[in-house]
Amino acid sequence: MTTATAAPPATATSEAPRRNTKRRYGPGTLTVVTWVLAILFVFPLLWMILTAFKQESDAYTDPPKLFFKPTFDQISGVLKGDFLPYLGNSAFVTIISTLLVLLLGIPAAYALSLAPVKGTKNALSFFLSTKMLPIVAAIIPLYVISQNTNLLDTVWALIILYTAMNLPLAIWMMRSFFMEVPGEMIEAARIDGANLPTLLRKIIMPVVAPGVAATALICVIFSWTEFFYAVNLTAARAGTVPVFLVGFITSEGLYWAQLSAAALLASLPVMIVGWFAQNHLVRGLSMGAVK
Amino acid sequence: MSAEVIYDQASRVYPGNPGVRAVDKLSLDVPDGEFLVLVGPSGSGKSTALRMLAGLEDVNEGAIRIGDRDVTDLPPKDRDIAMVFQSYALYPHMTVADNMGFALKLRGVSKSDIEAKVAEAAAMLDLTKYLERKPKALSGGQRQRVAMGRAIVREPSVFLMDEPLSNLDAKLRVETRANIAKLQQRLGTTTIYVTHDQVEAMTMGDRVAVLKDGHLQQCDSPRELYENPANSFVAGFIGSPAMNLTTVPLTDGGVKLGDLTVPLPTAVLTGAREDGLSEIVFGVRPEALRLVGEADDGFELVVELVEELGADAYLHGKVGDDRFVVRVDGRTPPRIGDNVRVALRGEGETHAFNPSTSLRLG
Repeated sequence: MTTATAAPPATATSEAPRRNTKRRYGPGTLTVVTWVLAILFVFPLLWMILTAFKQESDAYTDPPKLFFKPTFDQISGVLKGDFLPYLGNSAFVTIISTLLVLLLGIPAAYALSLAPVKGTKNALSFFLSTKMLPIVAAIIPLYVISQNTNLLDTVWALIILYTAMNLPLAIWMMRSFFMEVPGEMIEAARIDGANLPTLLRKIIMPVVAPGVAATALICVIFSWTEFFYAVNLTAARAGTVPVFLVGFITSEGLYWAQLSAAALLASLPVMIVGWFAQNHLVRGLSMGAVK
Repeated sequence: MSAEVIYDQASRVYPGNPGVRAVDKLSLDVPDGEFLVLVGPSGSGKSTALRMLAGLEDVNEGAIRIGDRDVTDLPPKDRDIAMVFQSYALYPHMTVADNMGFALKLRGVSKSDIEAKVAEAAAMLDLTKYLERKPKALSGGQRQRVAMGRAIVREPSVFLMDEPLSNLDAKLRVETRANIAKLQQRLGTTTIYVTHDQVEAMTMGDRVAVLKDGHLQQCDSPRELYENPANSFVAGFIGSPAMNLTTVPLTDGGVKLGDLTVPLPTAVLTGAREDGLSEIVFGVRPEALRLVGEADDGFELVVELVEELGADAYLHGKVGDDRFVVRVDGRTPPRIGDNVRVALRGEGETHAFNPSTSLRLG
């Protein structure tokens, strides 16, 4: 009974610093900092978007022109060229490898979080260790293997590599989401009569869906923007968008406007996916961060 | 279909060397329709005992029966039980109606039957307005009722409740406590209820089983536990504030508390003599003590703390090395630092225990 008197000061001290921080920095300062950072991050993107709608001659002026007669010449030029096959390759590789990652990663994450056995920790460390070797160190063997298995310059080489590349990260990420699933809820479902497939489909998946969506989005972004494997293992047939973009760097110099137009087209799909997934993404990322 | 529940020497041993016996040879017989409360401090094995009955925890030794079925090795879903969890464990992505109907849906009950049963339970729990809401749009008390509803809808043989009120605020807890007890009487379903709160145990249970360190200490009606605790642990655990317990030397015909000689019943004295004791653990409840005048027989108590509860006040002080609490009239309590004289209200309100076995004497 006498211990009850000790409790209030503890809670008071834990709340006090938070209130002080707010007062010291104020919402105004935070807003300014946020804007400055946002502009810093957005500026290159803005430059790219503007340049994409310029004529090649407008793109080189110094200082850069903010006002000009916009044109779709560059964009239609890129679309008329061989951009679409590259886009197709990127889309195919990204979608298939992300699906594979989810297909393999969800059961793995479930097993490593909610149904752990002896060796779980080792398995997790092993997954992570596969990310420790720099890709550069493995590229020559990978090249040789691809050549021997006739996978060179095919989308399948990239699909396999991107799946392997994203899987460890996806398992770790999804595992942290699965860990947040309340144990009592799973027990309640078991008492309610759910077997494992029902439990996974009707109870666990809906609860971890935001986390899985966030993981999928990250896999999509990583696969879409991957350059090193693509440039080394593919050429004209299975090249992806990043490889295509490099094609604009020629010995005669850079075609800024055209490159910007191509880059804009390349980043559109990711932006669209990101836009749709942003709510899930924020919820998913913060959900993992709480504990 | 309600049913009897029997724990037959049931143990849960966690692996290790030696294994930890979270529940040790628990034997309990809960008749059909009874509201049994398992109570004990944390780590006493009360939740484990409940989870063994639910099938969420293995039974390593002994057996558990529900009705005439041995459920020792059955999976949870085949035991015909429903459980209410401390966190409520609602499905966050389902509406209240879906939460309550989930078990029936898995059982393949027709949609119209599910709706009817959910509606009936919702009416009982005053949840009809909220059936289409998700759990996150409900208050704590409403969530608690949904968890209850989920259990009721299934019409199980046994309700299991694991501290279902501990996430509610004090006022709501008292209210819900009464509602659950009422509901259980109305449904007549055997209920095993786990709590660490002995007030909940006393007010809700037909019988209360007190556990400590995985061992059953005593299982009796609340009144019996209060008046005839089987050992000094139960004596100190049941009742709020707790019974005053102090180890004192035995004298001819009684014990000495300070200046006061307290006579003990013959049965107690005989028991103590048979056990060859020179001292005993003497217990007296705060309400069995009273303040007396300077000249009267009594023992000295220096008031260290006064808890005023309105009708009553509790004085805390020390007798020897032991804390003593005395209930006094709330209107004119002494002040901190006062020296008061305390005596027993009447005879027969004392308890005596063997200090080494802690068992009740007499």
